[in-house]
Amino acid sequence: MNLLRHARYVLSENPVTGLAFGLFAMFLVAAIFGPLLAPYNPLQSNAAMALKAPSAAHWFGTDQLGRDIFSRVLVATRLDLAIAFASVILAFMLGALSGVAAGYFGGWTDRVVGRLADTIMAFPLFVLAMGIVAALGNKVVNIVIATAIINFPLYARVARAEANVRREAGFVEAARLSGNGEARVLLGHVLPNIMPIMMVQMSLTMGYAILNAAGLSFIGLGVRPPDAEWGIMVAEGANFIQSGEWWIALFPGAALMLAVFCFNLLGDGLRDIIDPRQRT
Amino acid sequence: MTAVPALAVEDLSVEFRTRSGIVKVLDHVGFSVDKGETVALVGESGSGKSVTAFAVMGILDPAGKVTSGRALFGGTDLLALSERDLAEQRGRELSMIFQNPRTALNPIRKVGQQIADVLVRHGGATRPDAPRAAVEMLKRVRIPDPERRAEAYPFELSGGMCQRIMIAIALACRPALLIADEPTTGLDVTTQAVIMDLIGELAHESGMATIFITHDLALAAEYCDRIVVMHAGHVVEAAPARELFAHPRHPYSAKLLAATPGETASLAELASIPGGLPDLRRPDLPACRYSGRCERRIDDCARPLPHRVLDERHVVSCWNPL
Amino acid sequence: MLKLFLSRLATAVPSIVGVVVVTFMLTRLLPGDPAAYFAGLAASPQAIAEIRTKLGLDKSLPEQFAAYLVDLAQGNLGNSLSTGQPVVTEIATRLPASAELTLFALILAVGIAIPLGVLAAVKQGTWIDHLCRIVTTAGVSLPVFFTGLLFAYVFYYLLQWAPAPSGRLDVFLSPPDHITGFYLIDSALSGNLEVFWGALRQLALPAISMAIFSLAPLARMTRGSMLSVLGSDFIRTARASGLAPGTVVFTYAFRNAVLPVITVLGMVFSFLLGANVLVETVFAWPGIGLYAVNALITSDYAPVQGFVLTMAVLYVALNLAIDLLYGLVDPRVRLDS
Repeated sequence: MNLLRHARYVLSENPVTGLAFGLFAMFLVAAIFGPLLAPYNPLQSNAAMALKAPSAAHWFGTDQLGRDIFSRVLVATRLDLAIAFASVILAFMLGALSGVAAGYFGGWTDRVVGRLADTIMAFPLFVLAMGIVAALGNKVVNIVIATAIINFPLYARVARAEANVRREAGFVEAARLSGNGEARVLLGHVLPNIMPIMMVQMSLTMGYAILNAAGLSFIGLGVRPPDAEWGIMVAEGANFIQSGEWWIALFPGAALMLAVFCFNLLGDGLRDIIDPRQRT
Repeated sequence: MTAVPALAVEDLSVEFRTRSGIVKVLDHVGFSVDKGETVALVGESGSGKSVTAFAVMGILDPAGKVTSGRALFGGTDLLALSERDLAEQRGRELSMIFQNPRTALNPIRKVGQQIADVLVRHGGATRPDAPRAAVEMLKRVRIPDPERRAEAYPFELSGGMCQRIMIAIALACRPALLIADEPTTGLDVTTQAVIMDLIGELAHESGMATIFITHDLALAAEYCDRIVVMHAGHVVEAAPARELFAHPRHPYSAKLLAATPGETASLAELASIPGGLPDLRRPDLPACRYSGRCERRIDDCARPLPHRVLDERHVVSCWNPL
Repeated sequence: MLKLFLSRLATAVPSIVGVVVVTFMLTRLLPGDPAAYFAGLAASPQAIAEIRTKLGLDKSLPEQFAAYLVDLAQGNLGNSLSTGQPVVTEIATRLPASAELTLFALILAVGIAIPLGVLAAVKQGTWIDHLCRIVTTAGVSLPVFFTGLLFAYVFYYLLQWAPAPSGRLDVFLSPPDHITGFYLIDSALSGNLEVFWGALRQLALPAISMAIFSLAPLARMTRGSMLSVLGSDFIRTARASGLAPGTVVFTYAFRNAVLPVITVLGMVFSFLLGANVLVETVFAWPGIGLYAVNALITSDYAPVQGFVLTMAVLYVALNLAIDLLYGLVDPRVRLDS
């Protein structure tokens, strides 16, 4: 397939993208098989082994309750990726649908969606997320909703622009002329056509979604102890930085950085494959 | 005895590094411009006319490199000068104006200020005196209400006005040579004539030499003393304008003339030139880059190009001239 | 210029309206009974009922909204459950701390990112260009709370260069006389060098953590914009006119290149205000971010709502200022409107 050949070309030109794909695969494995691969039970406390530095027995050391940090970091992959992924999908569904409708129909739809997006953008995004989680309740599902809401304007804007361009396109005309109703044209023809660009947006915002979720849990929103999640682990480790037990915060933080870095590179690589014109 | 020309380009070759290889954009280009003379550099798009000008001015794209030749101007070889010395000459002794005058001016700086910048830089006026001198320049290029117009931004002015501003910037320090790169492309026909007349008058006033780069042979014929025809990085013919129109000697020049809309030509009669420019990345380019499209090609055409001097002012590079 | 200000002000009004409506909705979206939330976790049913009437939560929604607007107009943001104090005074007291931190971080970020971007564009392919590339790629991946912690560990715990992250001033120093609330400015104005230096030392780590976070988009935009402008027609004209290289790069190229950077400042501020909350948490900085986080932990809702509203209004005002700044630099916007 042409796309595959083009993808191979981009990967050969840009080994860093290949690295990103490799990292992504690693994270995927950790997310899916994490609990099976963890050497220790991530929830098991062991007071005798508390606050031990990294060693052969505990690669990332132990935390204040004696839990193995490596196991916790590994298992946390699933939760962090799941939260980010869910919020990105939700943002996409809300944003792409409204954006496409706004770009395609124009008029009132356009104005309403635009006003909604502008109102969201009038807030500093992280602050709005804080407010939403505070209002809806301190649960993980609300982290997903809050992150999705603050990403909504971006998806709506991109989808709107793309739908606008395609409104008069040949294949859309053809679909209309074959008797499809407007809704079917929109969902069955326009939306699938913009999927590649949407996928680029999704991978580009995955990194941001991970950061956002981790930030919220760092300040105590969403995930509660004893659940293993990178943000909350860094928060727990923060208390011990001043007494020198650096490993409790470092490893989850490094995992976080690596994940965000991986998704950013992935997004850039996907964009180069699908739409090189957007490169800066 | 011939006087020393204002500009003498000799044996100029320029290469461009691109992703698909090295492109020999200019190959041993040579021509001269006398003081007070107007010379047209004509040819199709891609013939290398603008690149020649950029090379002489020293503003080639970073991917471009001069691989041979000299550009003698006032006794110095411009191509051998350091960037700093060349920058002193530019705008003062030799100037250039470009097409698309709107985009060629700084969009967020008042036009009077842009003229003043050049004056102050080259010592044509002191800083406190520069605004007044800029208004004087605006008068010279016949802009009405110059005091008010000096405070305007390019987006507030028409294309023709912007081109006058560019001329004002270029001529502020009374250079000995002006290079005009397609100055009238994009302007309407009336404005075209006005601009060309203006340049001609100003050149005549100060005895300035002018090089007009254009693809419009009719324009060249009307305003220029001599015409230099370029094709694919070569100079193929150079002659006084009238002489070229009456007796073109290079097959390409003849084809260009035939393709030029004249008073009697109808669309059906306009001949088009067969083929296209050769791919300049090829390492095996023939010595005559026109031979691939030429009806008069003979075996000799594979040999290095001759320079037939037909008489004092008419030069042609062809083994089988008309 | 005045016309520009008025027209931009006009577009800010719907934003403020949206902000007020959304913050109102947030107070009513509370799962379960809002009165219970505002009364606190330990409240008796009787106390909850009292709060309900006191806050007007038993009235219809439009009536509640009207009451909300009246409250806002009077500067009433409710009271904090933990301290009993009016939220608006608590926010006003803590606002200068956050403002000083954010502004200082912004100045740092701009002071590094813009020269870096300009140099990277002017000297393409050199080490500066590569450094810029690294900064922009790595910068967007760094979680600001993590870098803050790392800095605290390295520079305070390990190297002992920085003071303990314990707030705006060391315990032994007392704050300068209140003029603006900005310790740096106030101590400079009253000539108190010891306090100035002390405040600067405390400000360093948190500000640098925040600055690093916003370096990336600023440097990337500056470099990209500079590169684009340097290749444009009018720069070619400037060079052909023999203008000095300094004039070409700064007076001609940079002023044009800075326009998209000003536009991107809006997005940078959105990130900065969010990062502010996280950095204040890491460094125990007594600003409104830490105030809101503490309120969240104790399920104290009025401060959180007040915080969101304040930040949003601040953000709208900042965007207005950015628009005006853009109009100052670009006459096309000024004269066309």
